[in-house]
Amino acid sequence: MDFLNTNLLSLILFSPVAAALIIFFLPRDEIKLIRWTALIASLVPFALSIYLWVNFVPDKQGFQFEITYTWYAAIHSSLHLGVDGLSLTMVLLTTLLTPLAILASFTISEKVKAYMMLFLFLETGMLGVFVALDLLIFFVFWEIGLVPMYFLINQWGSANRNYASLKFMIYTMGGSLGLLLATQMLGVAFGTYDLPRLFELWPSAQVLTNIPPWLTVSTIKTIAFWAFVIAFAVKVPLWPFHTWLPDAHTEAPTAGSMILAGVLLKLGAYGFLRLVLPLYPEQAKYFAGALAFLATAAIVFGAFGSYGQTDFKRLVAYSSVNHMGFVVLGIAAAAAASGTTDAHIALNGAILQMFNHGLSAAGMFFLVGVIYERTHTRNLNDFGGLFPLVPVYGGILIFTSMASLGLPGLNGFVSEFLVVRGAWPILTTYTAISMLGLLFTGAYILKGIKQVLHGPLNEHWAHGEHKLTEINTREIIVMAPLMALILVIGVWPAWILDVINKAVIALF
Amino acid sequence: MTFPILSIIVFIPLVAGMLILLFPGERKTEIRVTALAAATFALFLSAWVYAEYLVKGLTGYQFQEYVEWLPALGIGYHVGVDGMSAPLVLLTGVVMFTGVLISWGIEDRPREFFAFLFILASGVFGVFVSLDLFQLFFFYEIAVFPMYLLIAIWGWVKTREYAAMKLTLYLFVGSVVSLVGALAMYWTSGMQTFDMLQLERAGFSAEFQRIWFLPVFLGFAVLGGIWPFHNWSPDGHVAAPTAVSMFHAGVLMKLGAFAALRVGIMLLPEGAKYWSWLIMAFAAIAVVYGAFIAFVQTDFKYMVGFSSVSHMGLVMLGFSTLNQQGLLGSGVQMFSHGVMTALFFAVVGMIYDRAHTREIPELGGMAKVMPFAGIGFIIGGLVSMGMPGFSGFVAEFPIFMGVWKVQPWVAIVASISIVITAAYIMRNIRDVFFRPMPEHLEGHISDINVLDKIAIVLLCLLMVGLGMIPSLMVPMVQSGVDNILRLLGGA
Repeated sequence: MDFLNTNLLSLILFSPVAAALIIFFLPRDEIKLIRWTALIASLVPFALSIYLWVNFVPDKQGFQFEITYTWYAAIHSSLHLGVDGLSLTMVLLTTLLTPLAILASFTISEKVKAYMMLFLFLETGMLGVFVALDLLIFFVFWEIGLVPMYFLINQWGSANRNYASLKFMIYTMGGSLGLLLATQMLGVAFGTYDLPRLFELWPSAQVLTNIPPWLTVSTIKTIAFWAFVIAFAVKVPLWPFHTWLPDAHTEAPTAGSMILAGVLLKLGAYGFLRLVLPLYPEQAKYFAGALAFLATAAIVFGAFGSYGQTDFKRLVAYSSVNHMGFVVLGIAAAAAASGTTDAHIALNGAILQMFNHGLSAAGMFFLVGVIYERTHTRNLNDFGGLFPLVPVYGGILIFTSMASLGLPGLNGFVSEFLVVRGAWPILTTYTAISMLGLLFTGAYILKGIKQVLHGPLNEHWAHGEHKLTEINTREIIVMAPLMALILVIGVWPAWILDVINKAVIALF
Repeated sequence: MTFPILSIIVFIPLVAGMLILLFPGERKTEIRVTALAAATFALFLSAWVYAEYLVKGLTGYQFQEYVEWLPALGIGYHVGVDGMSAPLVLLTGVVMFTGVLISWGIEDRPREFFAFLFILASGVFGVFVSLDLFQLFFFYEIAVFPMYLLIAIWGWVKTREYAAMKLTLYLFVGSVVSLVGALAMYWTSGMQTFDMLQLERAGFSAEFQRIWFLPVFLGFAVLGGIWPFHNWSPDGHVAAPTAVSMFHAGVLMKLGAFAALRVGIMLLPEGAKYWSWLIMAFAAIAVVYGAFIAFVQTDFKYMVGFSSVSHMGLVMLGFSTLNQQGLLGSGVQMFSHGVMTALFFAVVGMIYDRAHTREIPELGGMAKVMPFAGIGFIIGGLVSMGMPGFSGFVAEFPIFMGVWKVQPWVAIVASISIVITAAYIMRNIRDVFFRPMPEHLEGHISDINVLDKIAIVLLCLLMVGLGMIPSLMVPMVQSGVDNILRLLGGA
């Protein structure tokens, strides 16, 4: 047990890679064997992160399960891992969604081996960002996750995949360029990339060597702040950096979209919480209004954009812009009034919203995938009146949509309410506008449900070879954990909010 | 007397080359087997040297051998490796070994081909281990001359004569300029020696160093492909046969950079400090400009050729910082780029041999027929764009850190190249490997053979291994850098 406790994080982090290497040596044609190996292997990090959750002590300050390995001593970077309540929540989300996404990919029949390996690499890339306590290691995992995602979109995506995957890659790499440069600047200035050290040194730094004399330290900090912000804003994505997202989400294979929306977007929000707020408290406070503006724009335009779609998957994709806007609104509120109770409430909401959106967006993308696999169309105008044909699917779709809409009793309501409640006294105008945005959230979600399930039945799907089949058991198994958590968090959020809240109070 | 391992490494290829020439030209199998055996032996010994240096945590010049040669002029045969050159010796061994593997199928006069290639390899090994200035020039010319023949005889029919002539003229002019500088050092020092370890202590006046640094450094840097003297290099790469391109971009360009470092910066440190701004400007231009030009190429091989200009620009950029991080990054980058570009040219050659075109718009669908080459090229591409987890990142990151210390603006400008590189690499991976195959190629493309695969796997393992575990190389390069910093006066 001692070994397990000491190396728990590195086991979680690297077990997917180990699994990918095992799959590499399996024969290419044993598709079933490869699928099941991947699924079972992806349950290992999930089991370990449940163990992590159980053994995590929320009341303890600072990072837990910390461990440091030598990595690149010459530039003072080491593989320093650790979790607090914030990263723990995200680790759980990632390890939960990956097995579900792999189960959802059982319909993939081309190049299964490469697909599963890429998926497992992707999991390590995402987990690495969440558990890294070294700025350089953070960046390493931040970038490395792009590669498997690129190939997942590029190889298994739909018609316009080439354009979408390249756009995704170049957008994110371009966005990260500032992060790379700012990271280097910090490393050069302080001779360390260790995050706990940088949290102490950088915000209070008054003198920097090697800066041109006409620039003040606060100018440098402002520039570096924006470099960080843009990198994360592209990933979240914030308006106006979101244009890669509808393309990438729409073209990605179903499981790829689940992970993109479920976890990859959270990387951006996590970057705000882990790096931007602690490293740049003053700048974040000063520019909180700008962030709130962008967040509000994302909420409103995301909702409008979503409403305007005729493609079911694009509709869900734009809804992510809308929902992630609330996360950033909460973060902006916390930046504006850090330390106050309102800020804590807003942050609780933001972090819970990250978790919740992970559940509901993954569910929604999966459901879109389920119907796409049967009908080979995502055009909303081709559907209509399908509820009587597929009552179980219809029920699940309505349930998940309601979570996304923010129906009280389901998880989305809890987090969005907390964000709005916390942000209201701090950023009243923006919050008010965002709440108007919620109205449109309702509109586009109902539009989606109406176009697919209700209205006159499109006879095309009722008879003959095109007859729509009901959601199958495997697909229900994918949805079941998501739906259960959606309900549990909606009714009794305390178990997760306790962990989040203690982290929030300790951090901000 | 200790085991003269470095001399053996230097002379194995030469001896093997001579042996190969003794075979009758039509006994191709024997020739190839001899070549492979010699290359394997050289790889084994160079890996040995590397491993011993690394594992024992050695510092300074090791495995030294000294024999007087022309004592009247102070010329000796003096070899040894330090943390800077040991990785390059290994690199040469690797490129030689993989070069032989992928040239197995050469049908046109393999005897002469391998013989010249091995003479070239001897010259390269010789430069990397030389501790005597005269001897360094001697091996330098040995490395450059066979290049002319290899390109002019076995090269791409359309441009081989032009490219071979251009390359040779550029490099000879460069080396003559450097030689003048070296002679100036010899006479001015008054020490009657060409031994570099002694010349390091010559204490040249600051004025002398300022005058002679530029000719010496730039003369060698021509071979390193420094802008604005890079012009010969893409032409040469494209015209050369595959194994020669691998050698050329993988090792020969490092020869220029390495000699510029060892003779220019280490013997004339004051001059280096005085002119570093100019080198930095040239290098920064090379980095961005090379990437841009690579971006607009439609010829696959020209694209790789210009990407080499861009990446060697990073090596020079690291040199020009004259600080610990920059030099460390350059040391690693020389190795990383050597392996990566050797892989690139190998894959380009495999595709050209089968498709008979290098025009990217006319290619496509290669991943289906040669998945191994595809994966190899993707890994090379990720290294090229500096993706974390691969050796390119381990090299480029410290270079940029070093530049930050000196000129933050240059770091910001040069970093643009990362995105451009990502764009052209991803675009080419998509077009050449994943786009549907054009009809006229359908059925004409065969998979690569097992020797090619071994070469690709070896090169990929080096890049991934170094990227994951930087301490496989960094500590020894670090020791080499410390030595340079000592000469620079703790700067």
